[in-house]
Amino acid sequence: MAGPAASVHEEALLKPLVGFRPKLFLGSLLTGGLVGLLFYAWGFQIVNDIGVAGITRPVFWGFYIVNFVFWIGISHAGTLISAILRVTQAEWRRPVTRCAEAITTFALMIGGLFPLIHLGRPWIFWYMVPIPTDRGIWPNFRSPLMWDIMAITTYLIGSVMYLLLPMIPDFAIIRDRMMRESPKSLKTLFFRVAALGWRGTPQQWFSLEAGIKTMAVVIIPVAVSVHTIVSWDFAMAIQPMWHSTIFGPYFVVGAIYSGVAVLMLAMYLLRRGLHIEQYLNDKVFNNLGLMFLAFAMLWSYFTFAEHLTVWYGNEHSERIVFDARIDGRFSGFFWTMIVVNTVIPFLVLPWRKGRSPLGTAIVGFGVLIGMWIERYLIVVGTLSFPRLTYTEGFYSPTWVEVGILIGSVGLFGFLYFTFIQLAPIVSLWEVREGEHIKNRPAPHGASPALNPAEKEA
Amino acid sequence: MTRWGMAIDVDRCTGCGACAVACHAENNIQTVGEVEAAKGRAMHWLRIERYYEGTFPDIKARFMPVLCQQCGHAPCEPVCPVYATYRTPEGLNAMVYARCIGTRYCANNCPYTVRFFNWFTPEFPTPLERQLNPSVSVRPAGVMEKCTFCVQRIQDAQEVAAQEEREVRDGEIRTACSQSCPAQAITFGDLDDASSLVAQLAHSDRASHLLEDLSTEPSVIYLAGGR
Repeated sequence: MAGPAASVHEEALLKPLVGFRPKLFLGSLLTGGLVGLLFYAWGFQIVNDIGVAGITRPVFWGFYIVNFVFWIGISHAGTLISAILRVTQAEWRRPVTRCAEAITTFALMIGGLFPLIHLGRPWIFWYMVPIPTDRGIWPNFRSPLMWDIMAITTYLIGSVMYLLLPMIPDFAIIRDRMMRESPKSLKTLFFRVAALGWRGTPQQWFSLEAGIKTMAVVIIPVAVSVHTIVSWDFAMAIQPMWHSTIFGPYFVVGAIYSGVAVLMLAMYLLRRGLHIEQYLNDKVFNNLGLMFLAFAMLWSYFTFAEHLTVWYGNEHSERIVFDARIDGRFSGFFWTMIVVNTVIPFLVLPWRKGRSPLGTAIVGFGVLIGMWIERYLIVVGTLSFPRLTYTEGFYSPTWVEVGILIGSVGLFGFLYFTFIQLAPIVSLWEVREGEHIKNRPAPHGASPALNPAEKEA
Repeated sequence: MTRWGMAIDVDRCTGCGACAVACHAENNIQTVGEVEAAKGRAMHWLRIERYYEGTFPDIKARFMPVLCQQCGHAPCEPVCPVYATYRTPEGLNAMVYARCIGTRYCANNCPYTVRFFNWFTPEFPTPLERQLNPSVSVRPAGVMEKCTFCVQRIQDAQEVAAQEEREVRDGEIRTACSQSCPAQAITFGDLDDASSLVAQLAHSDRASHLLEDLSTEPSVIYLAGGR
């Protein structure tokens, strides 16, 4: 990325924000239709009772909880990765952080929706909210579900702040430009409000940097704790192959693994769709591909450790669940998961050529499916085999559950398409800052006096 | 202090299923129909599990009535986010239907799989609606339910005893299952009253708990070992 040419490349980033883009509009329309499917299916379920879903006894949790864990897992892409890269001051992070943080925020919103969809009586979900009233309804803080609510709410608020803070100077850049081009339009008004009166004074830069740095440090333990707590929904229960002490770290690793997979896929699509190869260049894909490989190894190791201890311990009720995975009812799922999560990444990612944008995107797509299967195995695989074998049961989803899963993917796409049209998907000022550092190597890092608003004018 | 308990003599059980039917009638448990039952959604607060010993032709069927074990350390209780299930001072594992929001976590964490969920609004096809028990509420859709040890009968007996200014006598309270068992395999009573029949049976050599290694401390005692 050469310094002087940067403004030309910025045009590619600003294009979707200014004016009408038919392709993006079409994308929004298509994914919007899937959002319609999501809410139609959910409405159908509320009106006709939860029984229209396929969940049954003893598999009381099905697709909804699988999707919940899946989406919360994906949310570990952004904020955590971006925070780690920021804290370690990896220079190549600059074009990646924004699109990663957006993934986190949207995936969390969707993940947080699923426990509500899952409830038998969603209209009284607020019984889980600690509101002091004379009704005396108070939540039970011993329940892992309450820990979930606390953790996910914290993570969502933190992630939104972490996403919004670095967007302020960018909104100011767009505001200044829109003020010149079309000062009366509605979009201009949006950016004027979103920029929060950013003028780029040294004081403002100082506060912003302090805020971003603080959030980056705070969000890492929050992210780790969130998926640990999600794993405790299972590990705190005494069901076979749920009651496992390594579930915390296992889930965190799995979450980041699926998160990186979505990030690779999203970056590939953004690069293709918006022609921003200059920003999301091969070096970025290579570096993230290495990180991807590291998590493929970690996940495979944890999966091996988890299954080895169960097999070696040979406890009767756990062996039933274990055997169903290895060569029983769920073996198709299990070995598919091993192929897409371990075999394919190990074949593709070690090679420099494999870590190309297309290569990582294909592996990412496979891992995405594999990680969904992993959660399906954990939820349905265990619940199908209760301790009293007399009550063994089957689960198969209905169109409502499948529709809601497809709809949730659509909702993610819809939110992302909307986001692309409202904010530059690559952080403009951070890339400029990076070029600044590169061209004028300063011993103390970025110059706080760098002022995009001034530069534009 | 009172601690309600039940002793089930598996050696006496013939597997006739009278207890399960009586339980349905007493507790307004819905019949879900064959389609839903095939999906695994049948509701029987008390079920007869059937196990086989030996191989054909030298085979013997064993029957085991399984109901909520009213655990002392109930795995279902701490996981409920809204306190819809809790332990009463008399040792019952109670359900508060009005609080239940339907997370179904309790049912997942029950090692005995004795919790049942109302997937749909219950229907009582004619003439079943005429025999609904007025002492027991009908549960709406989206709510968990399970064996209550016929808590309405316990309360009735306690009220009568209080009016007559005396303690509840042993054997005065009979759960629907115990009352209807032709083999008299089910005994209900106060485990903390050493003179009660159920407390004596609990100390029998044949007594054991279901899945005892999980330390759930059930209030249901199974008697087995005879032929």
